[in-house]
Amino acid sequence: MSELLAPFLQALTDQPFLRTALLAGLLASVGCGVIGTFVVVKRIAFLAGGIAHSVLGGMGAALYFGIDPLLGALGAAVLSALIIGSVRLAWGAQEDTLIGAIWAIGMAVGILFIAKTPGYSTDLMSYLFGNILLVAPRDLWLMALLDLVLVATVGLFYRQFLAVSFDEEQARLRGVPVGLFYLTLLCLVAVTVVLLIQVVGLILVIALLTLPAAIAGHYLHSLGGIMLVATLLGATFTSAGLALSFTPDLPSGPTMILLAGACYVVSAVVSMLLKGYRARRLARIGARTR
Amino acid sequence: MSSATTGTDTGPAIRIEGLSFSFGLAPVLQDIDLEVFRGEFMGLVGPNAGGKSTLLKLILGLLRPQSGRIRVLGAAPEEARRRVGYVPQYPSFQRDFPISVEQVVLLGRLGSTPSLGWYRRADREAALHALAEVEAADLARRRIGTLSGGQLQRVLLARALVGEPQILILDEPTANIDQRAEGDIFDLLAMLNARLTILVVSHDIAFISSYVDRVACLNRTLVCHRTDAIDADLIHQLYGEAVRSVAHRH
Repeated sequence: MSELLAPFLQALTDQPFLRTALLAGLLASVGCGVIGTFVVVKRIAFLAGGIAHSVLGGMGAALYFGIDPLLGALGAAVLSALIIGSVRLAWGAQEDTLIGAIWAIGMAVGILFIAKTPGYSTDLMSYLFGNILLVAPRDLWLMALLDLVLVATVGLFYRQFLAVSFDEEQARLRGVPVGLFYLTLLCLVAVTVVLLIQVVGLILVIALLTLPAAIAGHYLHSLGGIMLVATLLGATFTSAGLALSFTPDLPSGPTMILLAGACYVVSAVVSMLLKGYRARRLARIGARTR
Repeated sequence: MSSATTGTDTGPAIRIEGLSFSFGLAPVLQDIDLEVFRGEFMGLVGPNAGGKSTLLKLILGLLRPQSGRIRVLGAAPEEARRRVGYVPQYPSFQRDFPISVEQVVLLGRLGSTPSLGWYRRADREAALHALAEVEAADLARRRIGTLSGGQLQRVLLARALVGEPQILILDEPTANIDQRAEGDIFDLLAMLNARLTILVVSHDIAFISSYVDRVACLNRTLVCHRTDAIDADLIHQLYGEAVRSVAHRH
């Protein structure tokens, strides 16, 4: 292990781009912890996936018109979130078909723009699968700003987001503007997706958005606790994935995802066994007291 | 008509006039007139798919009538909502949601507490008080998914009470629990009736008639009966020939 990590730690001290990458991973993990928790408990992973993939349309358009692709991604993500959210609020049904359509349309638009942008097609892979080593120091500022927006919004209206995630009908009866908070939540998901795309690319985003919160949810039973632990797990996966991929020169995004995926599988099995063990112990105690 | 429009505090708790509602082309409710008086304990019975839950959703303002009007505490349903406590038949949330009983009840305080920031001390006290009132104070720290049917029903009742409503509306509050717990819940409702108007939906007319003041029978159209007028004949009429009763007129 040490021969694997030593070159990484050495490079961390004298390679600024690696420090930038590490920071980008840490900044992204805030979003994956806080918003990922809502995605998991509200069961909107497919919706988040649709938003993530449609982002390619915005990135392609931004490239074509010579704008920062990150801003294009943000615009497309928020637009997709608002379209999917409004249609669900207005009509209720057929959400999944719509998400699938937005998913594919966004990607198709992106590919067309990229194909027509002179000399840029080689970058496609890094949008799809991410390249944390390409994050520019000034991107860190945008990421930090997006984190601030996320944390401040959730912090101020935590109870309303909880109410809308837990029981929309009851929230409506208590006078909570459910539509407004639902759309805001989807916009926060969109912002988080853009944060995470920097790190693992738009295809792998969904894993980093859901797995840390799902693992934390195996053991914790309060939303706040899950958010905190999921953030720490996200930080661990991105940092460890970056470190493990450095020496053998592997793509960092897939390394992070495989790490998170492996931990998720192990955790799912452990929590299942734990549940069975507790149930058996409870039954034994019950039998003894009777 | 005039007392309904002025919105004074002396009118009936719920007034429904000429209400009709349909989902698409299927008529669910036809020309319903109903008044629930303040302080009344009213039962709403009828066969499955007779429109009971739909009528409750209209009273709560979750659905809008195609014709007719509804006034709740002298106001439109959407405006009166926060003064109404509602216990749904099926919880409209995931049972495995990571949330404690106390947090669930506290969510019932939204609308009665400032919308920014966190709960006040008064909110926490109200939550504990509501849990104590339904004899579920010991469940406060439990996860919502670990409760039995009867316990969950009490917690949902506490969530409805914590917003200090004037009307309590319950949809089949005892459908998923055993008979002894059913009696306990209705004893509790009888006690709450001292300060609250209560409208409860049930499919069990024989059971609720010993608790409620009046029974409204709903099968697309609606007829009210005083409790003492309920006899075997009426019950038979409503349930005995369930197939024919889809078309029956009172």
